[in-house]
Amino acid sequence: MELMPYIVEERKDTGLYNAKLGIWLFLSSEVMLFGALFSSYVLLRTGAAHWPQGSSILNVPMGAFNTVVLIASSVSMVFAWAALKENKFGKFKFNLGITILLALTFLVVKSFEYGAKFEHHMYPKTNTFLAIYFTLTALHALHVIGGIIVNSYFWGPGSKMWQTDPQRFTNRIEIAGIYWHFVDLVWIFLFPVLYLL
Amino acid sequence: MSHSHEDPRRLSFWRKYIFATDHKIIGLQYGITSLFFLLFGFCLMLLMRWQLAYPGEPIPWIGKFLGESRAPGGIMLPEFYNELGAMHGTIMVFLGVVPLVFGAFGNYFVPLQIGAPDMAFPKLNMTSYWLFFIGGVVMLASFFLPGGAANSGWTAYPPLADIAPIGQTFWLIGMVFLINSSLLGAINFIATVFQLRAEGMTFMRLPFFVWAQLVTAFLLLLAFPPLEAAGVMQLLDRVAHTSFFLPSGLVVSGEPLPESGGGSVLLWQHLFWFLGHPEVYVLILPAMGIVAEIIANNIRKPLWGYKSMVYSVIFLGFMSFIVWAHHMYLTGMGTAISAFFQTTTMIISIPSVIILTCLFLSLWGGSIRFNIPMLFALSFLPMFGIGGLTGLPLGLAAPDIHLHDTYYVIAHFHYVVAPGTIFALFAGIYYWFPKVTGRKMSEVLGHIHFWPSLFLMNCIFMPMFVQGLAGVSRRLYDGGQQYAHAQATLPLNEMSSICAWLLGLFQLPFIFNLIWSMLKGKKVASDNPWEATTLEWATPTPPGHGNFVKVPKVYRGPYEYSVPGAAKDFTPQDQERV
Repeated sequence: MELMPYIVEERKDTGLYNAKLGIWLFLSSEVMLFGALFSSYVLLRTGAAHWPQGSSILNVPMGAFNTVVLIASSVSMVFAWAALKENKFGKFKFNLGITILLALTFLVVKSFEYGAKFEHHMYPKTNTFLAIYFTLTALHALHVIGGIIVNSYFWGPGSKMWQTDPQRFTNRIEIAGIYWHFVDLVWIFLFPVLYLL
Repeated sequence: MSHSHEDPRRLSFWRKYIFATDHKIIGLQYGITSLFFLLFGFCLMLLMRWQLAYPGEPIPWIGKFLGESRAPGGIMLPEFYNELGAMHGTIMVFLGVVPLVFGAFGNYFVPLQIGAPDMAFPKLNMTSYWLFFIGGVVMLASFFLPGGAANSGWTAYPPLADIAPIGQTFWLIGMVFLINSSLLGAINFIATVFQLRAEGMTFMRLPFFVWAQLVTAFLLLLAFPPLEAAGVMQLLDRVAHTSFFLPSGLVVSGEPLPESGGGSVLLWQHLFWFLGHPEVYVLILPAMGIVAEIIANNIRKPLWGYKSMVYSVIFLGFMSFIVWAHHMYLTGMGTAISAFFQTTTMIISIPSVIILTCLFLSLWGGSIRFNIPMLFALSFLPMFGIGGLTGLPLGLAAPDIHLHDTYYVIAHFHYVVAPGTIFALFAGIYYWFPKVTGRKMSEVLGHIHFWPSLFLMNCIFMPMFVQGLAGVSRRLYDGGQQYAHAQATLPLNEMSSICAWLLGLFQLPFIFNLIWSMLKGKKVASDNPWEATTLEWATPTPPGHGNFVKVPKVYRGPYEYSVPGAAKDFTPQDQERV
């Protein structure tokens, strides 16, 4: 038998190509992972004698800025994919580059936030609020780093595939985009829960 | 993903057998590794059984090799007994049965049964095996740490697990590898079944084995991540001194713990059992799938109620997510919550009974062939039946007060998993061996393996029901010597132990049979020696790279045996309608 089917084209009855189904399945498990941590947050908070107001400890303007940064990066990610659909490779490079830079900006801001906490001797071990804050945001940051690595690969060496197999490359960018929007979405939940409530 | 560009004949040894991307090689890698772990985990239990039968006596022969830190003078220390208990459970479940039933059988036969050239993501498949392998090595390595391997039970309940020696940290790291491995595996299985079914292979034409594997994959996909979250939190508790699972004011050995406190021990239990309960269906569903295939093949007639079995397995998968807290009736979580979970638990027993009943009814009026795979598959039915039915009292909050954490629980789930799942695994190995190797396993050795194993399994676990009903706790290092209520049941410990060692002895014919038949077994004359209907038998023996010689096309359901008017008593799925 020949090549693996449905790498590029969609299967008729499912309407999906393999990797697209794969990424949705992966994200459903990610929902369960973050869902478990959010549930833990709820259980710890409802069981706690004292629970600090998030805004009294965390830097709300910095968090809000980071929210804007991530949403903007999601937009440029969509533009990158749309550019490939329009067959404009230069525009794709530009937009994916913006996405990566915005993601890096997010991490820089985040590291300043972490640094400020450590300066004030606020560590994960200080109390359960900080413990769950550091756990959730660090896990999210790991996902951001993962996204940066994947996007950088497609921006650099991985983009050669555009010459040989443009349809498949477009699919890859679509999948990286779906993942990236999820990372963005997690932050949109994290920010109000941790910073505002 | 574009592996099939390469000619497999020109691949180097490393690419073909070690970092393989072919689902059949990966299946065999999983199979060999997990059989090794099964044997190893079984040996741990054989050591424990000595301590239970003859507490405080030096272990003969092996005792002096265990080292002064584990068994000074050959006498097992309580800490070492706890290590054995925790690691027996962990290894058997996460490194033995699941990788064998899902990683090995699923990998090898799901693509074949649906008519696919490979798994949907071959490189992911390879990654998944190697993550599993690393997880296993981390677990094994933990035995050599100061303080030994994890010793807080396979459930790793805090606060004990939070303050246990370093072995627990390794346990958590190992678990993270295993969880990510099964996550990648689950994605791959689901994508394969949805995307790579051959033309004509509709969902209601899938063999029941594929259905069982598909539901299992969903359970692994959605139930494991919460345990990963819990594992990360416990790791942070141990390494970064957070207090996720440490309540305020905890005093250990008379000293207050220097942690911030404010955590919840129940949180761990909720997250653990949110995985833990679907996990038991991960252990049992694929086993049911194997048994269904073998029974259909050896009764020479269609399975009775294929559709209701399929709907049952889907319903079972769904329900398994909302029964977890029946493991926690004694934690004081409240009667309202208990009432909810005992209701869902009673409901979930219904689809299991439907599947079992369908398999029993299928036997009616069949011309049954009693070959070795069929014997194992048939004995699965009553053994799983005993295991399942004895679970009902545990699922009700009131009787569970008495039975919780006693030997009754041990007997119950071992009936499900040992003479249940593991017998199904044996059945599967005997059944599919000819497809993988081109040779049949010896029938004589198979009988020597089967009959004593069936008898001894019951002799090991039946007494534990008695001990459990008497109230003997499951985690006692001396088997209950110090407890008045356990005195009458103490002789049963010796009986269970002797039978366990004999059971070990009677696995030797199987191991010998496996190796000998691979080299010298009787060659099969046809690609379909059992005269089966499903697609894996339409491949060459053993299947080459890409599996099928020509792209298969499916015209009928999975179990068209003894169709009236047909030329033979089996009609393969890829045989055209005329």
